[in-house]
Amino acid sequence: MPGEKANPKAPANVTAGKKPAKAAGVQKKAASAAAPKTQPLEMVQPAAAAAKPKPKIATVSMAGCFGCHMSLLDIDERILKLVELVEFNKSPIDDIKVFTSRCAIGLLEGGCCTDENVHNLQEFRKHCDILVSVGDCATMGGVPAMRNMITLKECLDEAYQNGPTVYNPKNLMPNDPEIPLILDRVYPCHEVVKIDYLLPGCPPSADTLYAAITALLFGEPLKLPYELIKYD
Amino acid sequence: MDETLKKAVEEICQARGNDAGAMMDIVRQVQARFRGVSEEAIDLIAAQCHVPRVDVAGVVSFYAFLSTASKGQVVIRLCDDVIDRMYGAVAIAEAFSHELGIEMGQTTPDGKITLEWAPCMGLSDQAPAALVNDVPVTHLSTDKARHLIQSLRRYMDPSRLVERLGDGNNAHELVGAMVMNNVRKVGPVIFAPLGPGEAMKKALAMSPAEVIRDVKTARLRGRGGAGFPTGIKWEFTRAAAGSKKYVLCNADEGEPGTFKDRVILTEQPDLLAEGMAIAGYAIGADEGILYLRAEYAYLRRFLEQVLQRRREAGLLGKDVCGKKGFNFDIRIQMGAGAYICGEETSLISSCEGTRGDPKNRPPFPAQKGYRGCPTVVNNVETFCCAARVLEKGAGWFAQLGSPGSAGTKLLSISGDCLRPGVYEVEFGIKLTEVLRMAGGQEAQAVVVGGPSGQIVSAADFERPICYDHLATGGSLMIFGPQRDVLEIVEHFLDFFIEESCGYCTPCRVGNVLMKERVARIRSGKGELADLGYLERLGQTIKTASRCGLGQTSPNPMLSTLRKFRSAYDSRLVQQAGPFQSAFDIQAALAQAKEVQGRASVLFSGERHHR
Repeated sequence: MPGEKANPKAPANVTAGKKPAKAAGVQKKAASAAAPKTQPLEMVQPAAAAAKPKPKIATVSMAGCFGCHMSLLDIDERILKLVELVEFNKSPIDDIKVFTSRCAIGLLEGGCCTDENVHNLQEFRKHCDILVSVGDCATMGGVPAMRNMITLKECLDEAYQNGPTVYNPKNLMPNDPEIPLILDRVYPCHEVVKIDYLLPGCPPSADTLYAAITALLFGEPLKLPYELIKYD
Repeated sequence: MDETLKKAVEEICQARGNDAGAMMDIVRQVQARFRGVSEEAIDLIAAQCHVPRVDVAGVVSFYAFLSTASKGQVVIRLCDDVIDRMYGAVAIAEAFSHELGIEMGQTTPDGKITLEWAPCMGLSDQAPAALVNDVPVTHLSTDKARHLIQSLRRYMDPSRLVERLGDGNNAHELVGAMVMNNVRKVGPVIFAPLGPGEAMKKALAMSPAEVIRDVKTARLRGRGGAGFPTGIKWEFTRAAAGSKKYVLCNADEGEPGTFKDRVILTEQPDLLAEGMAIAGYAIGADEGILYLRAEYAYLRRFLEQVLQRRREAGLLGKDVCGKKGFNFDIRIQMGAGAYICGEETSLISSCEGTRGDPKNRPPFPAQKGYRGCPTVVNNVETFCCAARVLEKGAGWFAQLGSPGSAGTKLLSISGDCLRPGVYEVEFGIKLTEVLRMAGGQEAQAVVVGGPSGQIVSAADFERPICYDHLATGGSLMIFGPQRDVLEIVEHFLDFFIEESCGYCTPCRVGNVLMKERVARIRSGKGELADLGYLERLGQTIKTASRCGLGQTSPNPMLSTLRKFRSAYDSRLVQQAGPFQSAFDIQAALAQAKEVQGRASVLFSGERHHR
């Protein structure tokens, strides 16, 4: 739920449990078991970026529509600056499938609909210092969670067996072991693992995402003007 | 179209002038006659009263005693109060279920008996209790439950379940209930005798302004819980513009663990009627409404007779007590089972024949209340106190009690104590003294003021009961050392979830979130962060809810977080990891495994938590 980590004193609408400036340090407390000490983010400045190893970012789209990733790509030419600042690890952007190193930031799109989503999310928690739920599906379940009022059996029945447009004379149900199993309901990310920040929006606009990522990278308070967090 | 239904609905509506304002009476009567208000009946009522269908459907769906589905000829409502639970209500429910072959909430296939849970019915001192139609059955046991069903099966007559009548007026021929008053301590204000019209005559010898002045001088404050100064309320209503004004008596005693109004209604209805008439004189009203909760319907005929007797004695009606030009009468409005109707603006909504939704304030009822007219709404006990103030004098009343809280207070005491019942004590009495009187010295926790009040521990037992310390509308529930505080909290949250009217989100959704998190902690899966979450969520619900229900529903949780911290701390997950302890992947996959017939490749065993 959006109130999960809501903190009225948070600097802006990255509804945060802690202030961004402290994020790296506090993160250790929140998820100590999975967060070995890494280089503090504050030290990474653009000028020094060439000399020092860049902080790594991982992203994933789970039970989402890739809209949040599209929004990230919408930062236009700033993507060049972003690439100067960070290196992408596991992410659809560079198509790295498994974590090859520890990451500073994990951006999560979508909630958890399947066991594979849960596995993915847990991998993110293990490998990332800071996890950000990006967009309404990650923070609240979003559109996929509309099925939460219906049992899984009914959902599958409607989709594959008795729905009005289904032609399935052999009454088969897709059941290859390769296909992930579907959970009883769609879970927002923070119900499965601990999440550090929630960034609402459907999707959060490119400017919002860029402002949030750079604020995290530089350890600055996030300032989002009203236009960026107005959703009606 | 069912002709019998059509004809009956027409008759019922016409008898009330097809007035939608009398919707409560109309639907109650249709329910009683046809054991339900069917969709068809809703259409007919809407057409007959010229209101949109949704207005009628809204009322039917709102109140617990109304239903669209047809209920059994006899409805057994088993009290689901926390005290009843402690004394075996669940075992009794099982006995009923077993004997009838149905689950709670169902009706027997022959349509004869319906079995359901109901919130506190004001019988906590004689728990476990049930209402069989209108007949209260007390001190239930599993044996008695079986006998009860056998008797019903044989005679289908709830009145035959009463084998021995209770004390006082419970044995009156028009009451005939097995309920006990259990008055353990008689005080000078409520339970002292009163001659007919004694208080009213004194009031009518004064001007209305003088009556209000006396009530203010006596420092009388509302007894229902909020504690608003009664004289000031009356003054506002008197001063409000409008020629038609109303006096409403709140006898919708729904706060779990409260039953003192039931005893007043049984033993001192005349004192109440005098108080209402005095209020009418003071504010310039000629009509009073006694809003009686549906659970107390067994008192209705008795109360009607009291009112009739007073009319015949000239104490109600035209030129009351011979005072030329002062006309005042009282009618009884029945409720239909809704806790929220104890909130004054909801009570007004209900009287107006709509869903018992709270209204926005301002305007306050004193300016715009029942049917848009200035209205005084007071608790049963408050009217009784006001009558006594006029009879004995403001000075006499003001010297009782403590400086900030004048007079006496009725306490309804239940739970783990030797002498549950009603006590009239002076304000300022220490809780330890009350526990000693009631024989509950071993208490671990006392719920002061019901679920909407607070849960206090031994550290607070030396504090006095008054408006400024331990405030209560009358409910005191005692819990011994063997009880689980978190179970009580969770039960109260269930109650609020059930009783929330659903109008505002903080209350409708917030109570569910609170309950989920408390349940998580109880099940041993909570983490330290959950306590902070509960604290913040509770404050948000209190601040953002529209009426008293949501503004108080977090109280049991918030007060126990402070006073019984160890009950929470001791259940927390000690070594919290980066994953949520409460998320159980195997439980989340159980349905998929069943449908697809295979286990998860990624989460095959127990190894998922590291």
